[in-house]
Amino acid sequence: MMKSQTGEATGTFHMENFRRRSRYAAVFAVLAAALFAILILNINTGTTNIPVSRILKIVFLREGAQTEYNIIWKIRMPRLLMAAILGGALSLSGFLLQTFFENPIAGPYLLGISSGAKMVVALAMIYFLEKFNKVSSYTLIIAAFIGSLIATGFILLVSRRIKHMATLLIAGTMIGYICSAITDFMVTFAEDSDIVNLHGWSQGSFSGMSWSNVKVAAVIIAVAVVLTFMLSKPIGAYQLGEAYAQSMGVNIKIFRVTLILLSSVLSATVTAFAGPISFVGIAVPHLVKQALNTSRPLIVVPGTFLGGAVFCMLSDLIARTAFAPLELNISTVTSIFGAPVVIAMMLKRQKGRQ
Amino acid sequence: MAEQYINMNNLAVGYNGKALIHDICIGIEKGEIVTLIGPNGAGKSTILKSITRQLKIISGNVTIAEENLTKLSFRDLSTKMAVVLTERMKPELMTCHDIVATGRYPYTGKLGILSREDEQKVDEAMEAVHAQELGERDFNAISDGQRQRVLLARAICQEPEIIVLDEPTSFLDVRYKLELLSILRNMAKKKGITVIMSLHEIDLAEKVADKIICVKGDRIAHCGKPETIFQEETIRELYGIDNGYFDPVFGSLELPRPEGEPKVFVISSGGSGIPVYRRLQRKNIPFAAGVLYPNDIDYQLARLLAVQTVTEKPFEKISEQTFEEAVKLMDSCESVINAGIIIGSANHRIVELLEKAQQDGKLKSL
Repeated sequence: MMKSQTGEATGTFHMENFRRRSRYAAVFAVLAAALFAILILNINTGTTNIPVSRILKIVFLREGAQTEYNIIWKIRMPRLLMAAILGGALSLSGFLLQTFFENPIAGPYLLGISSGAKMVVALAMIYFLEKFNKVSSYTLIIAAFIGSLIATGFILLVSRRIKHMATLLIAGTMIGYICSAITDFMVTFAEDSDIVNLHGWSQGSFSGMSWSNVKVAAVIIAVAVVLTFMLSKPIGAYQLGEAYAQSMGVNIKIFRVTLILLSSVLSATVTAFAGPISFVGIAVPHLVKQALNTSRPLIVVPGTFLGGAVFCMLSDLIARTAFAPLELNISTVTSIFGAPVVIAMMLKRQKGRQ
Repeated sequence: MAEQYINMNNLAVGYNGKALIHDICIGIEKGEIVTLIGPNGAGKSTILKSITRQLKIISGNVTIAEENLTKLSFRDLSTKMAVVLTERMKPELMTCHDIVATGRYPYTGKLGILSREDEQKVDEAMEAVHAQELGERDFNAISDGQRQRVLLARAICQEPEIIVLDEPTSFLDVRYKLELLSILRNMAKKKGITVIMSLHEIDLAEKVADKIICVKGDRIAHCGKPETIFQEETIRELYGIDNGYFDPVFGSLELPRPEGEPKVFVISSGGSGIPVYRRLQRKNIPFAAGVLYPNDIDYQLARLLAVQTVTEKPFEKISEQTFEEAVKLMDSCESVINAGIIIGSANHRIVELLEKAQQDGKLKSL
């Protein structure tokens, strides 16, 4: 065995970990830089262009022209923060589902969980707007959570009988279609005034976010993300399969329930505010894992959140500006970037199997 | 029965609350290698899965160092018991080091961050299974034999008192089989780790195990030391062998003998007959062997493969009666093969047999 300059034998686990840390650091540095760049770019671009120097002034010193101040603080900042938070949450939710189903192509959108949430949220919106003329963020989140759990429940029922993953994904997609159909049905018969709200939202969009939305989403998601991070260790054990995880001391039943609840809370919060958003939950965890060259949850969980934030902010920027003043659905953009990644993943897996 | 390290008391195991195997009462000493043998689907895995708590115990109990298995928390159990399972593991982007490091799980903190000491333990475990060079390779990119060694290193890294292995030697070639079993043997004897495993290769089970448990469908057919278990009848009955033989002396399996009137008479001694017997058997030619002493190695195989074997009491001169028997048998055969024989004062009359065969034009030499 060769000895390196530090007197440490190469090929030891310590040396391997040592080398890996520099890769992690590089990836996180790139992600952080991208986050910052897109943040600035997002605030800067739109129907009114505001130069960077004035942006910094408005953001950090809170001084500047009233219109520009309002555009930044009332419209662009909440929207882009929401894109960041919800994008991170969505990616993490995907990562948890992939862990749970032991399949990298599982995600809240493909498994119909987002559509389930959408259905119950639409129901809640119509009901509450008719009765009380308003609906709170909390109501929507709870509705989305219930919808997520209903859809997840169905998937779990199916997964008891169907072990084959591809079939399970088809079942999930079908559940998604059923929920979407019911949602469309409700939208068709809803009051005209509600439809405007519902229509934009049910296609997925970050527009019209307020600071109170940001606060609620930030608190819920922060709690869920911290809890997920604390679960890094059992998640890592679970990656080897249920039986091995148990032999390492993980209480499988409790762990599985926790995993589903966390992923549901995360994806439900996203759906409640921004509607269903496609492919982020699958593409981002995959890209992040490849970049980090590890699936270690302790590293991948924060990486995925950060990556999701960057991905969704960038997608939102494109959605806003590509055909301005027309705005695209967020899913239109995420699908264009996300779906090819998923196809590439499937091809790679197929190749690996041969 | 005195309390031993591991005790199974009236244990019943099975799936979904239905017992498949009842009344398992077995005691295991610390540092023993216990091997479960038995036909496919007999319930070897079911028993192992119940011991590792993957399956709920139907009734009865298992104690480890006088503690009831079901009362232990999964966490406590994980410091006592490590497993190597048959399930194919397909981890993503994990090197062999990473896989082995998961064995440190019970000893790391809340977030599972590995200390310098943990890293060292991983290296040591890799060394114990002679797999240092695999450390940085992707776990999915190595061969089955290497994978099995890495999984064993993972179990060692968990520093358990007991290692449970479900068919650890399947998919391995002969060299890795021997290597894996000798590593287990060393661990059991040097570190006092108790090894409980199932094996398909009964010949290896006979050589490595201190205790054999024969699992047969609904019950434990036998349990005991290998020398008492590995009798021809026991094994034949356990596996329901009606198309071959089990030789308890070497633990080897033999295909059924060619039946019919013997066509060839083989004269040999001291092992020279074995390759000839096998060749005749492969060609499906019924044959007879003689004159053999039962303490001759050729006799062990002739007994199983030859249609008829002429024998004489060990170290005695070949008697008139035995000689006549051999001549008669030789006359009925189409040819005689001299596979090579050492002739001394006791078996001197073999010379006469050979001469007669020569005269009859039947003698073929190799």
